[in-house]
Amino acid sequence: MSLSILVFLTAGLTFAAYMSGVFRVRAVSGGNLSTLHSRPTYYGAYVALIVGLAALCVMILWLVGENILIRGIIVDGLPEAVRNGPPAEMELALGQIANAAKAGDAFGAEPYVSQLAATYNAVSASSRLYMTIAMFVAAAGGFAVAYSQVKPETRARNRVETVIKAVLFLCSCVAVLTTLGIVLSMLFESVHFFSMVNPADFFFGLTWDPRFSAAGSGGEAGQFGLIPVLWGTIFITLLSMLVAVPIGLMSAIYLAEYAGPRFRATAKPLLEILAGIPTVVYGFFALVTVGPFLRDFGGTIGLDIDARSALTAGIVMGIMIIPFVSSLSDDVINAVPQSLRDGSAALGATKSETIRKVVLPAALPGIVGSIILAVSRAVGETMIVVMAAGVAANLTANPFEAVTTVTVKIVSQLTGDHEFTSPQTLVAFALGMTLFVITLGLNIYALHIVRKYREQYD
Amino acid sequence: MTDASTAKAYFQSEAAAKLVRKRYAAERRFRFYGMAMIAVAMFFLAVLFYTIISGGIMGFQTTSIKVPVPLTAESLGVEQGATPEQLRDIGGFKLTKIARNALYTQLGIADAEKPLKSQADKLLSNGIDTQLREILQNDPAIVGSTVDVWLLAHGAVDPFVKGQIDRNLPEDQRLLNNQQLAWVDRLEKDGRLELQFNSGLFTNGASADPELAGVAVALIGSLFIMILVVAAALPIGVGAAVYLEEFAPRNRFTDLVEVNINNLAAVPSIVFGILGLAIFINFMHLPRSAPIVGGLVLSLMTLPTVIIATRAALGAVPPSIKEAALGVGASKMQAVFHHILPLAMPGILTGLIIGLARALGETAPLIMIGMVAAVFEVPSSPFDPATALPVQIYMWAGMPERGFVALTSAAIIILLVFLLTMNATAVVLRKRFERRW
Repeated sequence: MSLSILVFLTAGLTFAAYMSGVFRVRAVSGGNLSTLHSRPTYYGAYVALIVGLAALCVMILWLVGENILIRGIIVDGLPEAVRNGPPAEMELALGQIANAAKAGDAFGAEPYVSQLAATYNAVSASSRLYMTIAMFVAAAGGFAVAYSQVKPETRARNRVETVIKAVLFLCSCVAVLTTLGIVLSMLFESVHFFSMVNPADFFFGLTWDPRFSAAGSGGEAGQFGLIPVLWGTIFITLLSMLVAVPIGLMSAIYLAEYAGPRFRATAKPLLEILAGIPTVVYGFFALVTVGPFLRDFGGTIGLDIDARSALTAGIVMGIMIIPFVSSLSDDVINAVPQSLRDGSAALGATKSETIRKVVLPAALPGIVGSIILAVSRAVGETMIVVMAAGVAANLTANPFEAVTTVTVKIVSQLTGDHEFTSPQTLVAFALGMTLFVITLGLNIYALHIVRKYREQYD
Repeated sequence: MTDASTAKAYFQSEAAAKLVRKRYAAERRFRFYGMAMIAVAMFFLAVLFYTIISGGIMGFQTTSIKVPVPLTAESLGVEQGATPEQLRDIGGFKLTKIARNALYTQLGIADAEKPLKSQADKLLSNGIDTQLREILQNDPAIVGSTVDVWLLAHGAVDPFVKGQIDRNLPEDQRLLNNQQLAWVDRLEKDGRLELQFNSGLFTNGASADPELAGVAVALIGSLFIMILVVAAALPIGVGAAVYLEEFAPRNRFTDLVEVNINNLAAVPSIVFGILGLAIFINFMHLPRSAPIVGGLVLSLMTLPTVIIATRAALGAVPPSIKEAALGVGASKMQAVFHHILPLAMPGILTGLIIGLARALGETAPLIMIGMVAAVFEVPSSPFDPATALPVQIYMWAGMPERGFVALTSAAIIILLVFLLTMNATAVVLRKRFERRW
């Protein structure tokens, strides 16, 4: 029986349990509902919860155990040579068997594959049958227990609410588990990577050239150097800030201090459209419009600009970042108390003098915070640089040349045809870890700055 | 007394007037900078949209050539009155040949002129056999008659007709030689070659030929992903937010969860892709390139957005509502689920739609989990290989053929239309149901 049918059946059983609970409690109360502790639906929900949870628990436990069990049986059935060979080969054989079992044909692989595929199918079929039986037994047992408790004095609502509260708690744990999953998955593979490549060579290496390091041989010094890749990220981020900070900040100042309500109501959403455009669209824009334009423009004034260059990526990323700077700065500038402006005006300062000498210094922590958040955004940005910055890891300060970034290398190392356990692939996890730590640090720092100086005028 | 008079003298002096003029000039300059910067940002926005729309409109059209095709029973190799099944089984080679012969006749190429024929072949798409087969299957009765068919032109013809390639280039740098261009011009003059609506864009899957490529697989893939994100991120996100806002005790763990959620919202999307690759594919052995994995990854990415929006919406419901519910004997759970949550629903939905729009435009994590394969068949379940709309854009942007540039812009327009609709819905929801307490 397929899993989806089982899930549907369980859902049907749960609903039946709910109805029987409701009817039972109505019958028990003899039509006088005020004798019940809880409303009838809670008794139904109580029975349904017990039945559903019992069946689901059995199913999940069984599915986890089943995989381990079947794997054990198949591994035992493998020929000696494969079983005792390198783990990667054994995994390959297991994969072949699983595929053959699914397709019903080994497609000319070794004879043991089709044999074991048949075993696989037989074992999993019988396992499914037993699982179905076990699920129904558990559901029936749960039903018997819960049904016998459907009595007026049972505190059904409290029990149901306890379960719901537990479910809500589990929901809020998902976010923690996600972070944990991110950290653990990257840490685990990074440690694996650093067992093959010296961490010092990774963090301080000046050459990025992973191609010539064969799998398992342990990369030679400098081949996985982080510096040129990280420099590319920093360089492009700097260039993008050169575009985004003046435009974003001046726009925010104008919108907050000068613009009338009608202009503000049109210009602000228009600026925010820039933040809603998918990054892949910016990448395409850089690739077909900005890159060729800069190349041709450079050609006419005698500059040699690559179509894929740090400048292209920086400018386009800067455009993308504008609304992050402008909207956050706008909020911060608006939060500066009006009394400061009035005081400054009373002393005879012009509006721009007030802004430059009073409002901006007062808003500075918030503005710096918003710029740091924008930097963190730029550092983690992937699609624009993948499409417009190039792939060669150049350690150069020339914005007209192609550079590469941490995110580009993560994409190219993980989508290439490398063996998964080779340092070429695993380096992506080390890069990912670096990226995660950098952006996390920037975010925490930005929040810290904003929080530390925020309360000044309250 | 003397102070006041010197001050008065100073303010009336030329030096003071000059300083004031200077300060006012600085004021005007500063104001101008602000205007200019907004104008620059608007200029970028305008250029971006102009590039995409002007290029994309072409992508919704494709060149077709009208040719009278004699569909004789003999040349098709079937009986008169053949069933649709028999017609389905006609070899593609046969149909291609029939279409090409019809074009030779149209262009007046004699049988013996082999080189001319092979040049003429390059005017027609590789998909003409499918096109003819569809026509035959739709109306089996036309076997034996000659019908005017709009055959798809080859992807190399398209950019010339649309004027995207300069026809004055030297012949060896063009995809079409002089003879082929002359044919194109003649057909166009006869009204036998024109731009038509590219319906294949919405019904076809991946293809190496721009005239046959479409976004169908990507649309369905994105749809599956969106459904999964709603199904996973909405209940979990709302559950988490309700717990944190209404039930959680103030302790270390709750603080940890809160800090965590705020940081998770700022994690780069590519890191979620790495998570998906490591956990869902390598550890849980879910299929690569499948929308199920993409949906799960993007759900985790959308979760913080939903949680933060839901908490804000729950917090905006005045405590008097809850107190009234508790006062008439509701339990805390009942007060939350029967009264606070329904009142917070518009805010929650707005947050969800904004999160969904972000997830719909996300590319990098999907590339990490291998959704960049060329998929030809429309997926029938979330476990089948598929692509997503932004990934399709990325893949097409990397294609060397000229025709794909217009297609990429067209796909971007489709994506932007979806995003705009979603964001507009969010704005309308907020405006329509926003309540001031």
